Amino acid sequence: MKQFFKYIPLFIVVLLAALFPFMVGVKSYWITVFIFVGIYSIVTIGLSLLMGYAGQISLGHGAFFGIGAYTSGLLTTLANWNPWLAIVASLVLTCIIAALIGYPTLRLRGHYLAMATLAFGEIIVIVFTAEVDLTGGPSGFGGVPRLSLFGLSLKSDLVFYYFVWGLVSAVLLLAIHIIHSRVGRALQSIHGSENAANAMGVDAAKYKLQVFVLSAALAAFAGCLYAHYMTFVSPTACELKLSIMLVVMVAVGGMHSIWGALIGTILLTILPEFLGVFQDFDILVYGAILIIILLFSPDGLYGGVRQTVGFIKRLQRREAT
Amino acid sequence: MEISFASQILQYLVTGLSIGGIYGMVAIGFNIIYNATGIINFAQGEFVMLGGMIMVTLTAAMGLPVAAAFILTVAIVALIGGLLERAAIYPLRNAGVLTMIIVTIGGSIFIRGAAMLFWGKESYILPHFSGEKAIVLFGAALLPQTLWILGIMFVTVAALTLFFRFTLIGKAMRACAANRTAALLSGIEASRMVCLSFVLSAAVGAIAGIIITPISLVDYNRGFMLALKGFSAAVLGGLGNSGGAVAAGFILGILESLGAGLISSAYKDAISLVVLLVILFVRPSGLFGNREADRLKKF
Repeated sequence: MKQFFKYIPLFIVVLLAALFPFMVGVKSYWITVFIFVGIYSIVTIGLSLLMGYAGQISLGHGAFFGIGAYTSGLLTTLANWNPWLAIVASLVLTCIIAALIGYPTLRLRGHYLAMATLAFGEIIVIVFTAEVDLTGGPSGFGGVPRLSLFGLSLKSDLVFYYFVWGLVSAVLLLAIHIIHSRVGRALQSIHGSENAANAMGVDAAKYKLQVFVLSAALAAFAGCLYAHYMTFVSPTACELKLSIMLVVMVAVGGMHSIWGALIGTILLTILPEFLGVFQDFDILVYGAILIIILLFSPDGLYGGVRQTVGFIKRLQRREAT
Repeated sequence: MEISFASQILQYLVTGLSIGGIYGMVAIGFNIIYNATGIINFAQGEFVMLGGMIMVTLTAAMGLPVAAAFILTVAIVALIGGLLERAAIYPLRNAGVLTMIIVTIGGSIFIRGAAMLFWGKESYILPHFSGEKAIVLFGAALLPQTLWILGIMFVTVAALTLFFRFTLIGKAMRACAANRTAALLSGIEASRMVCLSFVLSAAVGAIAGIIITPISLVDYNRGFMLALKGFSAAVLGGLGNSGGAVAAGFILGILESLGAGLISSAYKDAISLVVLLVILFVRPSGLFGNREADRLKKF
């Protein structure tokens, strides 16, 4: 029975995602917005595994997103590769880079990964902006082909919406399995006490590295989807602001749960639609939201809701007795 | 007129020294907070940006003399640093290092957004403290501002050293850094020392921001890159080691200025970052760090 319970939130997400276009109208602008929610969710689910379970921050996931977008975009436009082959190539490249960054830094105690990924991300932005002949520099490049699947073109927004949310569901399923696997239990033990986990024979650095590489690959995959959906890639796809936004999404939603990451991603992606005159000052709003949420509920919105529910249940029990 | 290669190199060294001095000061700001709390304060660069911005407003818009504006700016930014600690760090002291680091990221983007709201997206500049007439030295031009930067930096470092060595509060802060529990048991109020570390760190950042603004523009987004390079200097010098931070700052500044002049100016900003990655891979305890001491630290 317990085996079944862990899938309930996933069923709810799949159901809501499937019904959403009929709730807002199949031609609605919100379909486009939720395509982006889906794309960013693929990154934040991976990032929440890294932050909530491996206890590490990455400020370079925007850069991995950008590496995915740029590699896949350049291979399809300049070298005329098949888009799927280009996506595979960009994933392989990202895994290698992530392993190179993660291997030395995750062996250190502490949060060196945050600064190493931050520095790495900034180097990526500098390279993509400086290599004008290849990448078009600050203005980027266009003409990236749309994806097609088994002869079915994913050009229509509605079809692409279902495609993206199908992938989000698959990533969620993968994440649930990782959390409830040997790796997930090992990571939770590291979070409790790294020394104790090491003493029990858990190779903390190895598991942290695996999760980091997986989350980087998911970010690059989302970047590929972005490039083939937008058909256009520019440095905004990899800049620091994106990396920070992704971390804020995970922290606001609640970094100890993949569902929290999903909630945070939805909230912060649709938020600009409601900001109006404040749109230019979005970073001020994001900063304020992040600080306020952490102050009142360090485990994010999802953690806050769970605590409140637990509190009410305890109150009810006390009244019953 | 052909400028000789030797004087060209000398010119890069001079430029590197002034910018390196700034990196060193930013690195000291990181170290003060790191020693007191074990966290990396991602809002460190924002203190530097605020220093430059507030100084511009006080001198250009309100017409205060440079010396008075200098002191007032440092005081205001120090106050902001203290407020940040009381409002965001202190309430989360039991929530863990990861959460505290994330909240400093929140503080950083909040301050950046507030600065954009207040000053807009334009860049500002300050007049040089004492004229822009360069002193020519073996064919290299030395701006008087460079001397101001180096002089103020050494005074700041000396004052901090004296403060940490010889005053009771300074000693108490060092005690907290060395062993928090023992410090608490000897009656030192550790949470106050943490607040004080933010105040001091913000003040050092503000000084760096004020003295660099005459030679490089300041805008709301300026703090981030300075923070990243300052952090590179802090790691290169050994995290927590302020003497190392100053030396590492100079090394980075000179490398950057040589790299920009001799290799490629488009990749100028990447040089310090590559050094940071390399040092994290090869020798994470830094050039002047002590591996044994590092093991004792939590971070």
